[in-house]
Amino acid sequence: MKLKNIFASLGGIIGVGLLIGILAPLLQKLGNPGNMGICVACFERDIAGALGLHRAGVVQYIRPEIIGFVLGSLIAAYLFKEFRPRLGSAPIVRFVLGAFAMIGALVFLGCPWRAALRLAGGDGNAILGILGLIFGIWIGTLFLKNGYNLGRAQTTHTAAGWMMPLMMLGLLALLIIFPQIEGQGKNGVLFYSLKGPGAMHAPLLISLGVGLAVGFLAQRSRFCTMGAIRDFVLFRQTHLLLGLIALIAAAFVTNLILGQFHPGFEGQPVAHTMHIWNFAGMGLAGLAFALAGGCPGRQLFLSGEGDGDAAVFVLGMIVGAGFAHNFGLASSPKGVGPYGIEAVIIGIIVCLLIGFTMRKRGTA
Amino acid sequence: MTTKIDARGLSCPQPVLMTLDEIKAGKAIEIEVLVDTETAKENVSRAAASQGWEVTNVAEEGDGYKITIRKG
Repeated sequence: MKLKNIFASLGGIIGVGLLIGILAPLLQKLGNPGNMGICVACFERDIAGALGLHRAGVVQYIRPEIIGFVLGSLIAAYLFKEFRPRLGSAPIVRFVLGAFAMIGALVFLGCPWRAALRLAGGDGNAILGILGLIFGIWIGTLFLKNGYNLGRAQTTHTAAGWMMPLMMLGLLALLIIFPQIEGQGKNGVLFYSLKGPGAMHAPLLISLGVGLAVGFLAQRSRFCTMGAIRDFVLFRQTHLLLGLIALIAAAFVTNLILGQFHPGFEGQPVAHTMHIWNFAGMGLAGLAFALAGGCPGRQLFLSGEGDGDAAVFVLGMIVGAGFAHNFGLASSPKGVGPYGIEAVIIGIIVCLLIGFTMRKRGTA
Repeated sequence: MTTKIDARGLSCPQPVLMTLDEIKAGKAIEIEVLVDTETAKENVSRAAASQGWEVTNVAEEGDGYKITIRKG
């Protein structure tokens, strides 16, 4: 008989939200970029850059937080006997959804986690992003109500469930073997940023430690920023939503205390003021997350507990980041990239096509 | 009558959607839901409670759980 999971209680999810809301601004204080104490999309994009999958020089760093998210969840899943290797629920579709979720997020310049942190840091542009996120998720719930379903996953080999945790251990090994050298843009196989957000990071062990703690707690509590909004829209359930609100509230207070709250629209860190594309980029991301069943953080936590489909979504996001920078789809503080608008439109069309064509009530 | 729902292998929110659909259909007074993750177990139990249903039993079955819920 297992112990009751206290983190799955209302107090548990709010506690986890509050803790993430305190830790993220502290990571910023310790070196992470502005309003980017934690950003799953940005950090996976930085990993893509460090590996040379794109060559945007200002965003290259193996972010230990991401490694920690997966491994923290893995540890929690093993400790509480919840590691369940499974896969086979339309992985290629999840890859495509991950890629377009990343492209949408990089048009806005942040995933739902960062949208919350940008809001808590006073960035008014986040309001447009969050409205877009809600709109995209709302579209996703319409598909869900009409029987959208990617089909069942199957139980698989334990080693298959370990693929993403092993990749994360591999990234950690690379980071230790080829550490950053002051003033050098490359060490061994890894690229490093000399300036820009990629050059800004908290000390490795602190980033990794916070990542592990968040991964552990999020696995226990099922924390999900997309699910927070989806469950409210779909069922009027406020369980996960209260966790997200707790995160924003705690981050707001922590930012005030640390002097990191700067209200306004102009000149916000790693942000632009093109309202329509902040809305639409996040709308695309929200729709893709809703169709894939989890925010980018949740996909990492799921992949840590053996979910191979979530792992494929994560790989889709990393590859999507490569395309986003190689093709000039990602925004910069100057505004959207040269082909960002076209990419958002194509992404929305692809997601709608997935939503309309992949229905099968309960079976499959 | 007892209705059975097999939500194994399905990811959230499918198990909850299927359970709520069955509850709202209004025919069943007892529903057995098969799930294979802790998360689905928690979510289905929470959703049933929100509809005024009672979780009368959670049994381990195969790789997952059989949750029995009853109209309150």
